[in-house]
Amino acid sequence: MDLRLFAHSVLMVTEKDMRIYYYKGSVVIFGLLFPFIMFLTFFIGRNLDVVLFFPSFLGMMLFFSASSTGPLITPWEKRERTFERLVSLPVIIESIVLGDILSGAIFGMAITTIVWIGGTVILHLHLASPLMLLLALLLGSLTFASLGTLLASPATETPSNIMMYSNLVRLPLIFVSGIFIPLSQLGEWAWTNELSPLTYLVDLFHAALTGDAVFPPAVDAGALLVVILVFIIAAKIIQQHNLVSGR
Amino acid sequence: MNAIEAHNLWKSFGPVTAVDDVSIDVRDGDIFGFLGPNGAGKTTTIRMLTGVLTPDSGSVRIGGVDILKHPLEAKLKMGVIPENGTVYSDLTAEQNILWTAKFYGMDRAGRKRRCDEILARLGLLDRRNDLVRFFSKGMRQRISIACAIVHSPPVLFLDEPTTGLDVYSRRLVLDTVRYMNKEGSTVLITTHNIEEANELCSAISIIDRGKIIATGSPEKLKKRFDTRRFIEISFDQPVGEETFRTRGFSRAEPWGDKWRVYTENADHAVKQLASMAEKDNLTIVSIATSTPTLEQAFVQLTGGA
Repeated sequence: MDLRLFAHSVLMVTEKDMRIYYYKGSVVIFGLLFPFIMFLTFFIGRNLDVVLFFPSFLGMMLFFSASSTGPLITPWEKRERTFERLVSLPVIIESIVLGDILSGAIFGMAITTIVWIGGTVILHLHLASPLMLLLALLLGSLTFASLGTLLASPATETPSNIMMYSNLVRLPLIFVSGIFIPLSQLGEWAWTNELSPLTYLVDLFHAALTGDAVFPPAVDAGALLVVILVFIIAAKIIQQHNLVSGR
Repeated sequence: MNAIEAHNLWKSFGPVTAVDDVSIDVRDGDIFGFLGPNGAGKTTTIRMLTGVLTPDSGSVRIGGVDILKHPLEAKLKMGVIPENGTVYSDLTAEQNILWTAKFYGMDRAGRKRRCDEILARLGLLDRRNDLVRFFSKGMRQRISIACAIVHSPPVLFLDEPTTGLDVYSRRLVLDTVRYMNKEGSTVLITTHNIEEANELCSAISIIDRGKIIATGSPEKLKKRFDTRRFIEISFDQPVGEETFRTRGFSRAEPWGDKWRVYTENADHAVKQLASMAEKDNLTIVSIATSTPTLEQAFVQLTGGA
């Protein structure tokens, strides 16, 4: 396969996604407003230190924003009958999967970077390791953009169903990742936090901003890399199956 | 050289075999019609030819490139107007065309020039900056065509491109197909509109229940059903069926104020009818020989579907 052609097809899918889907209502609601509302719901009225809580908030912001475009794209295109045309262009399934992931990742990174800059200006946040922050943004955005694309992969023409289904997956992850409920208070459910990729992202943000992390950064990064690969392969297999079965 | 070569394509969905050992060869420069009744397997076949659907078995080569092994390279050689596909309604007409042109690797100046040229040709120059969501079905189809031809593809696939269009849009679509063919594109068009195929195509395949049941030029296919030719004749006075039977015509039936006389040899029958009129002192008021139509061939082949 011509790698230059392949890379071009991935970037063209990303460009299309950025032009069309960043402005969709559900992306704005679930990618921007939802994490802010979640933050306010848990923060207001509780005696929490906003500076200490900020790495968790960044993790949640990146989690929601990066995973918000993916679930929308493929179901939307199937409903609008643009998917058939897209597949007939010089693309392969991998171009579509990676293009969708890249657009979600760019969205997540951009939003989270703005939030981090805003937080730093207002709260005078400390930055322990700029490189670690970059790594966290990069791996976190790719992880959750991949999750979004994986959630959109089952054949459906109803975006609202997929958005509902994706929240069924996303919301529980928030609660088992030590964002609102400290890991020490999870009790017998504590083991679940290690299964959530969000745990490793929040830990990386802690390492980047405060220098205080539970796992070594290599473990966090390795865990996120494995999750990215698993999500991408799963999304590719499902979409390939759809292509064979004509769905 | 063949622009499209598909050999032994099979596709089934569960227990239903949608495409059953279909092979198609389309010569470079042809306009090839792919005809069949609804549900015959036309769209499934074209989806396999364009890489949208993976066949269970068989091979497809576009301009000599195997689409299953080298999909990106093969797809660069084609433009597709899918039956169930449309352009992005959240983009303007121009954005849709320019984005598609960029997909095919055209440079900025080339994209702009070609976009202007096509929009003018399709009568949409003044709507270039309007969102496609505000377009009528015919206008959307024209943008769909613009996107398919923007890169002057060597091979152009059109799946039922005129279904549901008004007369003006239909004419524009057919003219564009001819124009693209003249510009060098090989065209494969699926349709169930027989006259459209007759008007456009230099070769035709008819598919029914997933199988190719006839292939050839429209004229050849018509001739295969020449045995059903008839002569319509009327006289200045009434005649009975026995008038024809005694002259060796095996089948004659009244048709309004005329008679339809069926024959395998129109020339011989016309001469015989003229001589019969002479002998029986009948004046021929009108006489016409039927030309077999592609529609008759189609209806016979597909079992009157």
